[in-house]
Amino acid sequence: MIYLDNAATSWPKPDIVHETMSRYMREIGASPGRSGHRLANEAERIRLDAREAIAELVGLSDPMRVIFTLNATEALNLVMQGLLQPGAHAITTGMEHNSVMRPLRALEQRGVSISVAPCSRDGTLDPQTIDEAIRPQTRLIVVNHASNVCGTVLPIREIGAVARRHDIPFLVDAAQTAGCWPIDINDDNIDLLAFTGHKGLLGPTGTGGLAINDDFNIDMLRPLVFGGTGSRSEHEHQPDFLPDKYESGTPNIVGLAGLVAGLRYVLDRGLERIRVHEQKLTRRLIDGLYAISGVCVFGTRDPHRQTAAVSFMIDGQSASRIAHDLDERFEIMCRPGLHCAPQAHRTLGTLPNGTVRFAPGLFTTEAEIDKAVAAVAQLAEGTIE
Amino acid sequence: MSGFAVILVHSTGHAVQAERVLKRAGLTVKLIPTPRHLSSDCGSAVRIATTDRDRGADVLSKAGIAIDRIEALDD
Ligand SMILES: Cc1ncc(COP(=O)(O)O)c(C=O)c1O
Repeated sequence: MIYLDNAATSWPKPDIVHETMSRYMREIGASPGRSGHRLANEAERIRLDAREAIAELVGLSDPMRVIFTLNATEALNLVMQGLLQPGAHAITTGMEHNSVMRPLRALEQRGVSISVAPCSRDGTLDPQTIDEAIRPQTRLIVVNHASNVCGTVLPIREIGAVARRHDIPFLVDAAQTAGCWPIDINDDNIDLLAFTGHKGLLGPTGTGGLAINDDFNIDMLRPLVFGGTGSRSEHEHQPDFLPDKYESGTPNIVGLAGLVAGLRYVLDRGLERIRVHEQKLTRRLIDGLYAISGVCVFGTRDPHRQTAAVSFMIDGQSASRIAHDLDERFEIMCRPGLHCAPQAHRTLGTLPNGTVRFAPGLFTTEAEIDKAVAAVAQLAEGTIE
Repeated sequence: MSGFAVILVHSTGHAVQAERVLKRAGLTVKLIPTPRHLSSDCGSAVRIATTDRDRGADVLSKAGIAIDRIEALDD
């Protein structure tokens, strides 16, 4: 079995991830922030470990400015819905996932206006197009760091510089890059960074969050969810301090325990080593697919400008059929279709049929890449006959 | 007087963070339930030796951890 769906969620996870989760369930179990007994404090230490590890990963100095959510989608919604009032204007790009597009389209119906900065056919973006879209009412610039369809990395540092110049909050969707591509919240001029825990960070599903840079004024960001935090229990109003303002309800501590273990694994191994490994696999995959006649590979086709998500099509076949054959005949797991990102497929020119996506991960081997390429070659030959 | 002070912060999360930061700075501290007469909050606070009180406050402020109050702890 060959798992090439790491852009959806990474698998397998390092053993230490499930071992840590199991240990929490057996030996700790308690809810953090409440009760104050030793097990509750132990749970709170796990949550602090998770905040510190995220802060370390993205260069944030204050771990309490890391907020945990269910996933990147919730963090993105928190910012867009909490920041954009009727009359405001927001800018995004032609490469976004629906976790950005759908909240924006919903806000549009409530009087927020949206500009979508166009990208090139390979998914790249000229930061100048963001600059040109700015209006006096612009209150947010939101872009994905890398496309989940074809891996293209956007120039967030340059876009962030544009945002800084105009004093507009800059939100980055790092779902595809956290854990496999360098991010520095300060050097990259980011105000708000949404991440998910279950992809490159090697944690379980149900983990993600938002890193809020030091200078970002949280007074302008309304919570998405209100409720119990364990703090200030005598008040019926939401606390106004971080992280409690945005973390109501009993958190997913078993998930965070796993996330800490996954993140520590990533940090110990080193981002650079992970990236080199994934670049090698990506190069091999692109070159292998590109050499097959009848196969088209989308995006930059350059592992230095994209993550390990490679989209391709075989002429005359349907994406879902290819993926089904890969699963049935070759036990290769991948994702066909539109990948929750019609906007990105429009840019790539792959609407309405979509593409097939191979997304190798940290534990994928070169031998597996070669088998996957050989399988695609066989399927491509099938059509030519 | 017990020779201890108690540091109250915004939440149990901050108390655990304060405990960690103070321990990293080489101070001996302990998490205790927030004394009821000092706050109606049900969470945890940080106990520190009175002799370390000023240094502790300094370490916390450098780490950006807001202190609600510091009080002497009775026996
Ligand atoms: C680019 C991008 N943004 C956002 C998301 C949403 O992440 P999640 O499903 O964990 O909320 C994903 C993945 O699903 C993604 O690939």
